[in-house]
Amino acid sequence: MSGPALAVHGLHAYYGESHILQGVDLKVLPGEAVSLIGRNGAGKTTTIAAIAGFVRPRGGSVTISGADLTGAPPHEIARAGVALVPQGRRIFGDLSVGENIAVAARPIPGGWDESRVLELFPVLARRRAVHGDELSGGEQQMLAIARALVRNPTLLLLDEPSEGLAPKLVEQVGEILERLRATGLALLLVEQNLGLATRVGQRVLVMNKGTIVFAGTPAELAAQRDVEARYLGI
Amino acid sequence: MSPELVFQQALNGLSFGALLFILASGLSLVFGMMDVVNLAHGAFYMLGAYVALSVVQSTGSFWLAMLAAPLALGVLGFVLEPLLLRRLRGRHLDQVLLTIGVSLVIVDVIGQVWGREVRSLAAPAGLDGSVALIGGVYPVYRLFVMAFGVALAAAMAVVYRRTRIGMLIRAGVQDAEMLGALGVNTNRLFASTFATGAALAGLAGVIAAPVFGVQPGMDTDPGLLYSLVVVVVGGLGTLSGAVAGSVLVGPADTFGKVLFQDVALAVIFAIVALVLLLKPTGLLGRIRIAR
Repeated sequence: MSGPALAVHGLHAYYGESHILQGVDLKVLPGEAVSLIGRNGAGKTTTIAAIAGFVRPRGGSVTISGADLTGAPPHEIARAGVALVPQGRRIFGDLSVGENIAVAARPIPGGWDESRVLELFPVLARRRAVHGDELSGGEQQMLAIARALVRNPTLLLLDEPSEGLAPKLVEQVGEILERLRATGLALLLVEQNLGLATRVGQRVLVMNKGTIVFAGTPAELAAQRDVEARYLGI
Repeated sequence: MSPELVFQQALNGLSFGALLFILASGLSLVFGMMDVVNLAHGAFYMLGAYVALSVVQSTGSFWLAMLAAPLALGVLGFVLEPLLLRRLRGRHLDQVLLTIGVSLVIVDVIGQVWGREVRSLAAPAGLDGSVALIGGVYPVYRLFVMAFGVALAAAMAVVYRRTRIGMLIRAGVQDAEMLGALGVNTNRLFASTFATGAALAGLAGVIAAPVFGVQPGMDTDPGLLYSLVVVVVGGLGTLSGAVAGSVLVGPADTFGKVLFQDVALAVIFAIVALVLLLKPTGLLGRIRIAR
């Protein structure tokens, strides 16, 4: 392992004919938590999709812990140490909680395994045999995080983990992400919820029309009211 | 119809249903996992029967044919998926055209290699006789087909519910892309799935041969036609759907042919239309989430 956990350079990606990513540059250092925010349609989810290998970039590069994985299939990117908590959770409905975890598990000595993630999410431990499609939205979100953790990643991608959750659960997600950050796991968090993004992210990136238009600490973002007004519609 | 005839036709129908399950389960698996309607499935079925013919001719063993034909078709599927289908992932119309093309090539090759005469394959020794059953005699082989279909469905259910492979299938049927993001090599999973689907078609070809014969045209009737009807009625992409579709379509077709000889096929399509009208996903189909 060498270099940043994630380095994206000049990334261009299309969705059909639409030119969604128009030269995205971003970097996540080992153990660093970075939040990516912006309006709907700014290209946040496409950025995640291009990093995870769902969308093949048409230009630029994606480097993970020093390895060039531009255009690689999702499983190779996952095996390079990237785990994804996707938008909409994408829990396997016909698999139990235990199976959802088992299907992803990549055990390493002293790493995350089923018993450790169930300790982190006691609500899942009680529902271990329940099918994914019978879980509440909050439980599914916890399971999506648990499923990513048992990959024992070096970089965790999270796409709108607060989406559709009650404020109390958003609070809980924030708490867990802070704990994960403290373990030295690198995080790239895509969020609409500015509170969660600035709480978890040590750096905040603002995206607009397929490029990064602002990069700075949460304090620097708060000081620049015009950025918020122009790109976030707050 | 006399009660004896009804009973005998019911057995025929269930035996046909068991065969349909073996045939349709492969088509359903491939569709569920890969979102590909493999229109070469009937040709795979036909090729399985002809491979069995050659194996029986050269070795005399039906049982060896029951191993060799699925194995041969499995290898063919494992090669064809990365070679052709993988390039067209997500392009449904192109996949349909491609698999029609594959089926035309296979059928033509069969004609070149084995000729175009109607052939037959005898049931294996021990299963070639008849037994006395209520009011008449009944071919043992058809009872064997029924038992084999039930045993295969049970074995598949165990694999589906209790093994890691089954877990990957259940997850992949819902969201293969997500499975890839969790480190599963979906290219290999798809190739293996397509190979398994082809092997099941080949197995159906061997098992059907002593009942329906081995001849040109079997790729569409019963091959592709009935496997499509079963998966549409039962529901695409689920094991229970393939079971339900087979158990309904087998007897319905058999009684349809006895009662309404002239319009037997219309009976089947009336069932298809009715099911689709009342339940567009099929009896036990899952609603696919658009992505």
